[in-house]
Amino acid sequence: MNQTEISCKDYRLRNLDEQGSSTTRKETLFRFFLIAAAIISVSIVMGIFVSLLFGSWKSINEFGLNFIWSSTWNPAAKQFGALPFIIGTLSTSFLALLISAPFSFASAIYLSLYLKNGWFSGLLKFSVELLAGIPSIIYGFWGLFVLVPIVRSFEIKLGFIPYGVGVVTASIILAIMIIPFASSMASEVIKLVPQDLKEAGFAMGATRFEVIKNIILPYASGGIFSGILLAFGRAFGETMAVTMVIGNSNIIPKNIFSPANSMASVIANEFTEARGNLYLSSLIEIGLLLFIISFIVNAIGNRIMKKMTVKK
Amino acid sequence: MENDILKIENFYAYYGTICILQNINLRFTKNHAISILGPSGCGKTTLLRCINRMHELADDASIKGKILLSGKDIYDTEPMLIRRRIGMVFQKPNPFPTMNIYDNVIAGYKLNSIKLKRSESDKIVEESLIKADLWEQVRDNLYKRGTFLSGGQQQRLCIARALAMKPDILLLDEATASLDPKATSNIEKLINQLKHSITIIVVTHNIAQAARVSDYTAFLYSGELIEFGKTGDLFTIPKDKRTEEYLTGKFG
Amino acid sequence: MEKRLKVRQIKDKLFTVVMALFSIAIILPLFFIIFYIVRNGAVEIDWHFITSLPKPVGEIGGISNAIVGTTELIGIATLIAIPIALFTGIYMKEFEKSKLAAVVSSLTDLLQGVPSIVIGIVCYLWIVLPLRSFSLLSGSVALAIMMLPMIIKSTYHSLKLVPDSLKEASLALGTPYYRTVMKVIVPAASSGIITGIILSISRVAGETAPLLFTAFGNPFMNLNITKPVNSLPLLIFNYATSPFSDWQKQAWGASLILIIMVSALNLASKIMEHKWKTTY
Ligand SMILES: Nc1ncnc2c1ncn2[C@@H]1O[C@H](COP(=O)(O)OP(=O)(O)O)[C@@H](O)[C@H]1O
Ligand SMILES: [Mg+2]
Repeated sequence: MNQTEISCKDYRLRNLDEQGSSTTRKETLFRFFLIAAAIISVSIVMGIFVSLLFGSWKSINEFGLNFIWSSTWNPAAKQFGALPFIIGTLSTSFLALLISAPFSFASAIYLSLYLKNGWFSGLLKFSVELLAGIPSIIYGFWGLFVLVPIVRSFEIKLGFIPYGVGVVTASIILAIMIIPFASSMASEVIKLVPQDLKEAGFAMGATRFEVIKNIILPYASGGIFSGILLAFGRAFGETMAVTMVIGNSNIIPKNIFSPANSMASVIANEFTEARGNLYLSSLIEIGLLLFIISFIVNAIGNRIMKKMTVKK
Repeated sequence: MENDILKIENFYAYYGTICILQNINLRFTKNHAISILGPSGCGKTTLLRCINRMHELADDASIKGKILLSGKDIYDTEPMLIRRRIGMVFQKPNPFPTMNIYDNVIAGYKLNSIKLKRSESDKIVEESLIKADLWEQVRDNLYKRGTFLSGGQQQRLCIARALAMKPDILLLDEATASLDPKATSNIEKLINQLKHSITIIVVTHNIAQAARVSDYTAFLYSGELIEFGKTGDLFTIPKDKRTEEYLTGKFG
Repeated sequence: MEKRLKVRQIKDKLFTVVMALFSIAIILPLFFIIFYIVRNGAVEIDWHFITSLPKPVGEIGGISNAIVGTTELIGIATLIAIPIALFTGIYMKEFEKSKLAAVVSSLTDLLQGVPSIVIGIVCYLWIVLPLRSFSLLSGSVALAIMMLPMIIKSTYHSLKLVPDSLKEASLALGTPYYRTVMKVIVPAASSGIITGIILSISRVAGETAPLLFTAFGNPFMNLNITKPVNSLPLLIFNYATSPFSDWQKQAWGASLILIIMVSALNLASKIMEHKWKTTY
């Protein structure tokens, strides 16, 4: 009965691996796969940056910082300045944020403080999710055929040139598109406010409005800032919906009813037709700018959000 | 001493630089139940995890000394083989949630890609469930998820899963801590039945339970083995003052 | 005192009403959009529309090439994205404390924020230029890159929900680590992982920008991975911005089909999430 060997009662359990090759080898292989996948993921992102940098090298060399300040975009004369597009992107994004802010804020407040459940909040949540799921091309299409005529008739009434397309149309479409994201952001932010803080407010006899104004908003201000930043991050890179209704005019817009072009839109419109290396390189440099802005905006936004979460 | 299935010699265990177990020396006789008793945090779980080489799963874990299974140092062997021979049941029942009861019992074979004939695996499942005293309750529901069972039944399913591997030693780490009194007494009965055919090491901080189920008892205190002996002796005439204080409820 | 309380309460009521109105207002555009697409799209859709190829202006054609193209693009993109994203997600969970995991985590966040048109540019540089042709492959890679962060994150978060006790249970049976991960931990997280995959598919199914200079579009049916291919969003874009009212009408039909597709995927992910949940 004396067992001197380590052996399992069932002989098959003794073999670490039926398939023959040793378990440690498979173990190493498995770890290798995991690390390889992680490295691939990292290299893709790095690769994107490096490729953009190389692709735009010609333009960076040729124009330097002038690329950002110059307002002439004239492919025939090989003059490329991105200022009109930067202004187009910034103005549509900010306007969109401005338009969407009250709606997203209200729906977030409503969903997280007033109606936690019930059919209306269900409908609201469902709608917000559906809105988020609609592809941007469809927003653009709808904007082009429904919103543009409406804006045009307003422009006629107000005495502007009735383009219909332009900064304001693009901003409205963008606003509708970022409401779901901004609203869920705002809900997150409100959730970060500790429950006992809110309850303390109510216990002191404050009305809901007062609790929101005096307790929730001050506490959540950092979160609101980062929410706005992240929503901006969503808006400024949006391509198709904007492209279809912004008017595609490569000059700095005079007012919010003027046609303009955004950074993403000019790439979408001109990339496949760009003749000549410098032209293509300039478009890629606009892509590089988009990449860098998205990096900065998301890095700051996520950092603040994380800090808020930890603080809680 | 032919009958010593497990010997622990001058054993130390560490997390990082913190010494959790100090100079442990123990001998476990085959086919008996041994309980390890001691206040919370004294290193009972760590000792069990060292015995089936689960301790080393922590990043900063290390050991010194020897643990001999049937005379051979378990730290000279593949940890996987040791874990197959020394089964473990945890404090919280942890059946595999994606598997049905049948697959849970036979999981040790399935996960290790050991091909069994249908008749063989049926036999192992039935035997293990019978040993774990669960067969009558689940025989008609073998293909239902294991997570639908009650806590006590889940724990017995975990015991059956361990028994299916036909281990030499079964480790129970406070296996009744999350169960109600009825389920606890069922598991205790089960230990009393099983200990005639398998060596069982029971970790508990329930003094009465140790008295009810074990033939030998080890008392561990802040990482040191204070006393080891026949359960009856240790409970009636403890040699060490700390053992006596613990048994009479002065601390822990 | 009485009066001030009154004022406060009125303010509160007013605020409530304003909030409610703004909330209701968000639903309006949704109804508008859905209404327009269903009204204009439904009349276009019939068997012929779904199964025939586009025809020149004046003849009544269909969009079968775009439906097939979208399916191809999504299918290949999913095949590319899943292994990389799944293993990256597992890496992030299993080697949580490593430096590489931290880098992966922040770069995935970054990738999620990168405008999709930028990914289109990069895939043009990586694949279209070397192959000297727009292609199904380049479009699929672009979509796959967009899917990566979503699947990585959902995999990581689903894996995190799996209690460590399951890993211990498996290892204690003598199961090697890699089998423990692949046969116990990943299956326990599978409903969350699959939900994430479906959701990521539904997100990229409607993407246009990254396909503009990769898949490019094609009036014919294409099954060749190195040739340009059409997709529903590309077709909608090209038809909607064309001067022909026949094509514009067909774009409504294509939009309805795209919305149904995307919503069905969304619904599927919701059902997955609720019905298939693993209880630990
Ligand atoms: N993973 C770990 N890292 C560091 N210290 C640990 C770890 N796990 C347990 N410990 C410490 O080891 C000591 C013994 O723990 P344990 O063996 O679980 O005690 P018991 O099971 O007797 O309650 C405790 O002081 C505990 O804090
Ligand atoms: Mg313990």
